[in-house]
Amino acid sequence: MSQPDLLNPALQALALRRADDALVLGHRLSEWTGHAPMLEEEMALANLALDLIGQSRALYALAADLEGAGRDEDALAYLRTEREYSNLLLLELPRGDFAVTIVRQFLYASFVDRWWRAGMTSTDARLAAIAAKAEKETAYHVRHAAEWLIRLGDGTAESHSRAQHALDRLWAYTGEMFEPEDAELVAAGVCVDPPSLRLAWNHDVDAVLMAATLQRPRDGWMQTGGRLGQHTEHLGHMLAEMQHLQRSHPGAVW
Amino acid sequence: MNADLQQRAWDAAATVVDPEIPVLTIADLGVLRAVTVSAAGVEVAITPTYSGCPAMGVIGLEIELALSRAGIAPARVVTVMAPAWTTDWLSEDGRRKLLEYGIAPPPRGGRRALFGEEHVACPRCAVTDTERLAEFGSTSCKALWRCLGCGEPFDVFKCH
Repeated sequence: MSQPDLLNPALQALALRRADDALVLGHRLSEWTGHAPMLEEEMALANLALDLIGQSRALYALAADLEGAGRDEDALAYLRTEREYSNLLLLELPRGDFAVTIVRQFLYASFVDRWWRAGMTSTDARLAAIAAKAEKETAYHVRHAAEWLIRLGDGTAESHSRAQHALDRLWAYTGEMFEPEDAELVAAGVCVDPPSLRLAWNHDVDAVLMAATLQRPRDGWMQTGGRLGQHTEHLGHMLAEMQHLQRSHPGAVW
Repeated sequence: MNADLQQRAWDAAATVVDPEIPVLTIADLGVLRAVTVSAAGVEVAITPTYSGCPAMGVIGLEIELALSRAGIAPARVVTVMAPAWTTDWLSEDGRRKLLEYGIAPPPRGGRRALFGEEHVACPRCAVTDTERLAEFGSTSCKALWRCLGCGEPFDVFKCH
């Protein structure tokens, strides 16, 4: 243990937030299985989902361990209600068309790749170990989404208009990624404070949008609430499907 | 005595192959990290190649089976996350076996190789005039490429 136990509740909440982010987006991506526009993307989206669900398992296991209440990773994933989930709103929105999926993927991966990279030097050894794996995976996620976004934006009139429309729709959900983290965790060097990643994110996003001939929406009012458990109407429906088996057959195992 | 047991346990565990790429053992891959012997029994440490690698469960079971076949019990398998696995741990032997199996081995050098210029030689005809078809291939650890020389598609073990 590299951290005094006093920080444990804050670290547990942090692990849970990031686990919820990864699981919710991973589930949304998994919904493409059988529906992707081409075989290669079918594989890619399933692989992205697998990375995210794998990351969520490591984070849930850490959260469960810190909680010490006998709940395991499955209990945290399958037996918490919508109000107990603390993921970003951006990640729970319906998968939409392929443009919505790619734009969300790009906006989020560009952020979280930097968050994980900073996390590799976390003063908490367990978080640093998860970060070292996740960082390599998200680097591929960024490249995959950026290449597709450029292809869609700089593609046909139809793909351009769909990509621009997705960008305009999702932009109001990007502010939540940069809300400050728990100040004590940041001060103890456990994680980076998201506002400090904003400039670099702006730079990355602008470069790709320019190559994609897409217009960056103006920063206006930003949606918030996910971290406090105040979600869009979409999360409850998603959880109902995702948790159905465990709720109907408590304790079922493969 | 313990050193002998440890070596036997390592040798047994090292025979386990990757279920997705059966020409590679977990020792070739660098997934097998350590074998320790204590009063509680034998403990084998493995590390995942990817956070969500679905092969980890099977690999754990196969190790237990291999040890029990070698008459080593009790044994348990633990997963360690740090240090994070990298394709640079792939043994020379492993790289050669991959190539013979028709999978181009990963470029060396971690992140720089990942986002720099990529030159991958076709595992069939060795031509370097190749192109990437898809970032994600048949498993998490592979991408799909095509050779412009012989026209055949092939898997590339991704740099990680």
